[in-house]
Amino acid sequence: MSNGLIFTLLSTLSLFSALMVIFSRSAMYSVLYLVVCFFSIAGHYVMLNAHFLAIVHVIVYAGAIMVLFLYVIMLLNLNKENEPHKPAFFKLASVVTGGALMLVVVSGFKTANQLMPVGDTGIGTVQSVGKILFTDYVFPFEITSVLFISAMVGAVVLAKKELN
Amino acid sequence: MENIFGGQVPFDWYLYLSAVLFAIGVTGVLMRRNAIVMFMSIELMLNSVNLLLAAYSSYTGKISGMVFVFFVMVVAAAEVAVGLALLVSIYRNIKSVDIDKLKNLKW
Repeated sequence: MSNGLIFTLLSTLSLFSALMVIFSRSAMYSVLYLVVCFFSIAGHYVMLNAHFLAIVHVIVYAGAIMVLFLYVIMLLNLNKENEPHKPAFFKLASVVTGGALMLVVVSGFKTANQLMPVGDTGIGTVQSVGKILFTDYVFPFEITSVLFISAMVGAVVLAKKELN
Repeated sequence: MENIFGGQVPFDWYLYLSAVLFAIGVTGVLMRRNAIVMFMSIELMLNSVNLLLAAYSSYTGKISGMVFVFFVMVVAAAEVAVGLALLVSIYRNIKSVDIDKLKNLKW
């Protein structure tokens, strides 16, 4: 089956780029690998028939959040590679901790209910998600605008230069 | 034809992929001192959880999971905006984004 091959390719890409995000020396390279990771996850959404989520993911993450990250790195002049690193023992300890967490979660997932593929039920299309967003979830959807206004005001207040 | 690539993979593949991605994010938060890379690791964790939610929603045929993923993305965007503004403010004060130098509240 070709879908297994595509899943393997996308997963390899996303895992490799995620590893490069946390292991690359410069923050600039981390952001660029994060873009690759986000695009591969958008590919996973397409495989799950979640077309609306794939498009929103690309627009929000690769479009908006990445631009924010890149501008902050540019403003703070962080594209140097002389960032101080934690001692090697600390790095090893954190990798071991992350690996242990992965083992715990994977062993917990082993007994999870095995769901059968149901095929394309049409629930991930723009039409169906949009319909339910504006009927059942219309109140949370409108409340998110308040959240965005408060986040915007908060960002401006926090990043504003203080006048002496 | 079930999706544009032909079919769907076994469900537990998504479980394991999300677990590994989440563990990579946790490792990044623990390992790096650069606050911006820690933010990126938090985004990785959010993405792995989003992927698992979307997989459950798609494999059970219930649409609420997709709506929830949408709201998680909205909250993540707001969080990044505020967090990066905080980082800029921190950089103005201590001229660095090194987390280990932020110990004014340490007793």
